[in-house]
Amino acid sequence: MGSGSRVTQLLKASAGIVALLAAWQIASYFFPHFLFPPVQDVIGRTVKIIFTWPDLVQVLETAGRIFAGLLGAFFLGALIAIPIGRYPRFEAYVNPLLVFLQGIPALSWVIIAIIWFHGTEFRIFFIMVITTLPAFTFQILDSYRSMSKDLFEMTMSFRPRGWTLFRVLVVPTIVPGILTAWKINLGNSARVVVVAELVGATGGVGYELLRQQQLFDMAGALAWTIQLVLFVLIVQQVIVWLENWLLRYRAVAERAA
Amino acid sequence: MVGELAAAVQGRGRTGSLTPMAEPLIRFNEVTKEFPRPDGAGSFTAVDRLSFTIEEGEIVAVLGKTGCGKSTMFNLLSGLIEPTRGSVRVAGHDPFGEFDFFRGKIGIVFQNDRLMPWRSALKNVVLGVEILDTKRSEAERLARRWLDRLGLSGHENDWPHALSGGMRQRVSIARAFAVEPDILLCDEPFSSLDEMTARDLRTEFVRLVKQSGKTAVFITHHINEALDVGDRIMVFHRPARIAFEAHLDAVARSNGRQAIEDEILKVLSQETKAVV
Repeated sequence: MGSGSRVTQLLKASAGIVALLAAWQIASYFFPHFLFPPVQDVIGRTVKIIFTWPDLVQVLETAGRIFAGLLGAFFLGALIAIPIGRYPRFEAYVNPLLVFLQGIPALSWVIIAIIWFHGTEFRIFFIMVITTLPAFTFQILDSYRSMSKDLFEMTMSFRPRGWTLFRVLVVPTIVPGILTAWKINLGNSARVVVVAELVGATGGVGYELLRQQQLFDMAGALAWTIQLVLFVLIVQQVIVWLENWLLRYRAVAERAA
Repeated sequence: MVGELAAAVQGRGRTGSLTPMAEPLIRFNEVTKEFPRPDGAGSFTAVDRLSFTIEEGEIVAVLGKTGCGKSTMFNLLSGLIEPTRGSVRVAGHDPFGEFDFFRGKIGIVFQNDRLMPWRSALKNVVLGVEILDTKRSEAERLARRWLDRLGLSGHENDWPHALSGGMRQRVSIARAFAVEPDILLCDEPFSSLDEMTARDLRTEFVRLVKQSGKTAVFITHHINEALDVGDRIMVFHRPARIAFEAHLDAVARSNGRQAIEDEILKVLSQETKAVV
């Protein structure tokens, strides 16, 4: 993509945001500030959180929970998906269970976790893992199934040991699917972690949102929300860079922009 | 005439490490392979009581029409599938059952290049050597040498998508040779290339096999290719059984080539009549 079209795309994306901010600012002139605080107040509070260490720690705490949950779901998903891919008869047993899990709302898992477990951190970890597990499993399984039969036969012709086959063929095959799964689950988990923290934590963005609600502080609520949005955007961008590097073997047109 | 020619060639001694009393390197003994039909109604026979032997250092070209069972024979020989009846022995071992024994002993060049898109040309050639637990530096040295021999110096770091069809197939040949296998199996390796590239690669391939004294089984459906490559030609009829066989040397190739070609055409057309 040329630099000219990149600038055009950036301008288009910015135009939408600028229009929203302008509408919000206009609303702030006609409604009380506890409903529509001025944009500069929200930006000021957002910047203040970033540069106030105890507040930033709350954001990092939430980020840590998201990563822990995603890592847990990723490893568990891989542990479930790869044996299913290798021995498809297991799918008949596992697939309905995963579909069933996928249908349970995150809030139900929050209630179940509060009843089942005592420790706050473990509750949140459990909720994060259980809500993102099906998507990780299905994505990794799909990637595993998309493995080329030709490449499998070619690799097997050298008669590799199980671990070597996994390293030279299975891992590179499922990497694109894993990256997609991370991108999809990142957004989901950012939503789920807030709910989990809102109900059962004494720190983190979700807990701070609960505090802002009790204080009726809309600027604070928005500023804490923006922290999470910024976190997701930064990590998404890191994944895109990682994707472009790991999948650099693909023709440029096939890669993420 | 071809019969006489073949008999004359057959009588000549063959250079190689095996004595006349030694076991052939490859032995198919009454091998049958049946596959279940997709609709579940019984099975069909792809290979029917096939028996042949191949000596060490021989290049055997297997010729036959599409669907005659050449590839099934190839898969049986490479140990990718198991015979329904009969036995396949390579150096006295079962290629399907003794998986670890054949590590590094058989190199395969497939019909399409089958390069891993996420590996550079060099890393694709390294693959087989890497599977043999060779040290990385040694594996890369070997891979570079083979890429160089196949005229791909300077393309070591190219991704497969950046290479032409002929270059990609060269990389796949280098990959098969780099493991220094005892046996090379080739399944129509040049069929997807243009005639000029295919001819160059064929010449290169035969030179490399002869130089290294390897045994090779070369599947093709082109009569000229079989005549160019093989020390011996086996023509298959469906389900894979030998309908015609001829040994070739330089004399037979130059003086009796046309006669052998005519005979092969006759054998292949007989199958067409039988099928019709």
